[in-house]
Amino acid sequence: MAKLLMKGNEAIGEGAVRAGCRYFFGYPITPQSELPHYLAKRLPEVGGLYLQSESETAAINMVYGAAGAGARVMTSSSGPGISLMQEGISYLAGAELPCVIVNMIRGGPGLGNIAPAQSDYFQATRGGGHGDYRVIVLAPASVQEIIDLMQVAFDLADCYRNPVMVAGDGILGQMMEPVELGEEKEIEIPPRPWAATGRMGGEKKLINSLYIVPEELEQHNLKLAKKYALISEREQRWEEYRLDGAKLVLVAFGTAARICKAVVDRCREEGLAVGLIRPITLWPFPQKAFEPVIEKTERFLVVEMSLGQMVEDVRLTVNGRRPVYFYGRCGGMLPVAADVVREVKKLYGGEGQ
Amino acid sequence: MKKVFTRPRSLKDIPTHYCPGCTHGIVHRLVAEVIDELEIFDRTIGVAPVGCSVFAYNYFDCDMFQASHGRAPAVATGIKRVLPDRVVFTYQGDGDLAAIGTGEIVHAAARGEKFTVIFINNAIYAMTGGQMAPTTLLGQKTTTTPYGRDKEVNGYPVKIAEMLSVLDGTAYVARVSVHDPAHVVKAKKAIKRAFEVQLANLGFSIVEVLSACPTNWGLPPAKALKWLAENMIPYYPLGEYKKPAEVG
Ligand SMILES: Cc1ncc(C[n+]2csc(CCOP(=O)(O)OP(=O)(O)O)c2C)c(N)n1
Ligand code: SF4
Repeated sequence: MAKLLMKGNEAIGEGAVRAGCRYFFGYPITPQSELPHYLAKRLPEVGGLYLQSESETAAINMVYGAAGAGARVMTSSSGPGISLMQEGISYLAGAELPCVIVNMIRGGPGLGNIAPAQSDYFQATRGGGHGDYRVIVLAPASVQEIIDLMQVAFDLADCYRNPVMVAGDGILGQMMEPVELGEEKEIEIPPRPWAATGRMGGEKKLINSLYIVPEELEQHNLKLAKKYALISEREQRWEEYRLDGAKLVLVAFGTAARICKAVVDRCREEGLAVGLIRPITLWPFPQKAFEPVIEKTERFLVVEMSLGQMVEDVRLTVNGRRPVYFYGRCGGMLPVAADVVREVKKLYGGEGQ
Repeated sequence: MKKVFTRPRSLKDIPTHYCPGCTHGIVHRLVAEVIDELEIFDRTIGVAPVGCSVFAYNYFDCDMFQASHGRAPAVATGIKRVLPDRVVFTYQGDGDLAAIGTGEIVHAAARGEKFTVIFINNAIYAMTGGQMAPTTLLGQKTTTTPYGRDKEVNGYPVKIAEMLSVLDGTAYVARVSVHDPAHVVKAKKAIKRAFEVQLANLGFSIVEVLSACPTNWGLPPAKALKWLAENMIPYYPLGEYKKPAEVG
């Protein structure tokens, strides 16, 4: 199969179309604009619809309507827009509707800037909107992985009737890499007996997240919690890189993980036993990746394009059994490999504790 | 014997939670009768708002969505774009549609979304305890305008029917009232037209219904209807603000 050079943001669009997504509602924001540009062209070709909304609040509620009506549907944005979408994401989770939300994270808080960042980790993995709920979060690290994960994203959304977020950063959206698209397959969307499509002779259906009786809402929340526990058990995804005999384990996702791979290689060349765990699901956090490693390694170093957010999940997972350190750049700055190597050398062998 | 009055098929046979004298119930009934008469029950999808009518999804027997506060027009947009051959309507209060959801209603109308909006203007936020709404009249006392709405502080009431009728995407815009039987009959006619406009694919249709909230107005039901006629109608004139030739 021939390889194609594709931009990350466009790959998200192509991946979505190939995963059977036919509806996109969105509002422009940098650095994800190539995605709506791509879909505005591509979706009509496959009989789908691209609709530009008047705001992110409207976009996510259009997604709510379309998802409840039984469509495979997606929206995308970046930090400030995702903040506005949180209302709708909470409702989607409450009403158990499947959809995919892309966040190409930029620097914040506030208007911040348009440079790549990972500082929406808390927002993505802790709910962000109101109430007890979870969103599955996938974090690709290459253009090829974007293509593959878009299918996974839509399938997980359907399987668990839950919103799925694909979290990247500006760099991932902008970079071009060769990808293999594979055969375009006819996608069969799983039946949606719960969708409110008009009764058409059948039972009445209701898309709703209101449970005015506390006992009923508690039951609903407990049912959701059970689902989240099942997702947590079954859907943890990660990549391991050169963990053999690692005395220091780096933990990083997305673009930061790419930089950390270079760090691992450089360290290994110098005889330092360093490896990497790259979470692919940010929620559920891949705790299973750590269990076999904790007893064997001496310490962890978490590298993020933020002031330290995922490091909290690593600390929860390691639970005091080994020291966990953090190195991060923020505001759109990238961790430079040489700086991370210096950080590793400081910690390696126990210094800096 | 000939049956002359019966419960519409589209309404469930259960008691509503509305206060005595509230006109939400009348409007529900009108919408249900229209759905029955147009024989669209089976392919109709309703969107309930946040507000006193939040449980409308329990009363209408068709498929229903509950939308977040003000967002019903966006939700309806999503539904109708996915299912263009279904009949979609939203049911929204004035806090819902004319305050938090102004953006959604204006742009759904401007896009000419082919669904029908039933807009209940009772000049107050009822569900949350009688606060000022964008539609509250000047001088009207509410829990957040205890001295009466003052234009210097709160500005002027919003006239939705007039506002939306200037947009090219709207096909049918009417304002009706349900304070007496003659007006109820007219209201039903307008609601029917609005649905017919949708069935003919002509564009966005909205019926603003002047409605009573005896509880939060602090008036007994009969007096509330009188207050509506005497105070609301002069500020919110009734009539068809826009209609396509096809539905004459
Ligand atoms: C985002 C959000 N803000 C505020 C509320 C609280 N709230 C519930 S009903 C309502 C007012 C509804 O008033 P209106 O739309 O006029 O309907 P009515 O109760 O008068 O029928 C408000 C503010 C909410 N549920 N969600
Ligand atoms: S509070 Fe007012 S609008 Fe709400 S049900 Fe009672 S009378 Fe009707």
